Amino acid sequence: MTMAGVRVLVGTRKGAFVFSSDGTRRSWEVSGPHFAGWEIYHLKGSPADPNRLYASQSSSWSGQVVQRSDDGGASWRPVGNKFSYEGTPGTHQWYDGTPHPWEFARVWHFEPSLDDPDTVYAGVEDAGLFRSTDGGENWAELAGLRDHETGPQWQPGAGGMCLHTILLDPANRGRMFAAISAAGAFRSDDAGQTWRPINRGLHSEGIPDEDAEVGHCVHRIAMHPSRPSVLYMQKHWDVMRSDDAGESWHEISGNLPTDFGFPIDVHAHEPETVYVVPITSDSLHYPPDGQLRVYRSRTGGDEWEPLTKGLPQEHCYVNVYRDAMAVDQLDDCGVYFGTTGGQVYASVDGGDSWSPIARDLPAVLSVEVQTLP
Amino acid sequence: MIRVVLPSHLRRLASIDGEVKLEVAGAVTQRAVLDALEAAYPMLRGTIRDQDTKRRRAFIRFFACEEDLSHEDLDSPLPERVADGAEPYLIVGAMAGG
Repeated sequence: MTMAGVRVLVGTRKGAFVFSSDGTRRSWEVSGPHFAGWEIYHLKGSPADPNRLYASQSSSWSGQVVQRSDDGGASWRPVGNKFSYEGTPGTHQWYDGTPHPWEFARVWHFEPSLDDPDTVYAGVEDAGLFRSTDGGENWAELAGLRDHETGPQWQPGAGGMCLHTILLDPANRGRMFAAISAAGAFRSDDAGQTWRPINRGLHSEGIPDEDAEVGHCVHRIAMHPSRPSVLYMQKHWDVMRSDDAGESWHEISGNLPTDFGFPIDVHAHEPETVYVVPITSDSLHYPPDGQLRVYRSRTGGDEWEPLTKGLPQEHCYVNVYRDAMAVDQLDDCGVYFGTTGGQVYASVDGGDSWSPIARDLPAVLSVEVQTLP
Repeated sequence: MIRVVLPSHLRRLASIDGEVKLEVAGAVTQRAVLDALEAAYPMLRGTIRDQDTKRRRAFIRFFACEEDLSHEDLDSPLPERVADGAEPYLIVGAMAGG
């Protein structure tokens, strides 16, 4: 009998690391740093071919590089890195409210297609959505998103105006979701050609208009593939839920000690089990009271329990970025997250207990997991 | 034969050991050298100058014969000592933290 395995893909400020284990997830082999010295915002594997990986490599000096692996991360080669906005890109709002021309900065997130290893979506800063259908060699913008009539009103969040979340609906193949800081959440029902904001029910301090269509600083959205109409959102403040594919949202922060945070994820086998990492506030990007606690709800929100076993419960002042949490598909479900302090924590029991699989990496920007046959 | 020296992270990206040696047809200008470099090493496209506008990236500078050529006309001839391979053309990453 072959034991299933797990591969954890970790992007950091100074390179990428790949952790591998068998299904017990007790001991880990580490490879890396790959692309040493570069910022790796994100790496992700194709659901259709686990050997196909895409990595976003960038630096302030040398801009954007896209790396592709066809052997599960053992070797890599640079592919296309030309991200040109369609037509004349126009302006969005700058921090001070003045118009600012759209300028490509970097790829924040790759979302490989569910069934074609050569098709992959890229969410970029300044906010835009690109697609490659040739394994990353060429990129074309799906300009219907950026061209939305609200585009000139979009503003950057503190980290830049990034498109950081792309969700592909496995049941309704034309449907996709995207989220932009700080424009909000958007949905397409025609495979990315046209988009509309789906932010009804979101309320944000600083936006006096209760019905504002855009302007919300959505940090992350997660979905369970068996129930793609249910979306969970960590907003700048507030943890939110939609039961109608984003048509409306309601708050599920419940008893969380703070509802500020970045990542949110869903258990692989329990669509009502959700994880967040509460962070003190928008100006204090570390956990409350120096205690690193993942919070889990088994009721789809509102009721949350702290998960602390194996996590530092004093003097801990790290952050967990929006793309730095992931789950594997094994039974029990493994949950993984990385911190700005360079730790990667893993739980092999759905969050009940945790142990570090890395302690001293550069600041972790992203964590993805592949479950291997 | 033109000699080009790249910053170490771009040498790693392009799997280059030491200097790059390039044949440049016609007048030896900065533009011709950069075009030849990117033709020989396509993975360097976009890392030194913007792929659309061809503008030098902000934290990259060009030097040769102890002169900063970063703001010189890209179509002016490079010094003879670069054109004849006696001196290298230097592509330098700005010294800034991180």
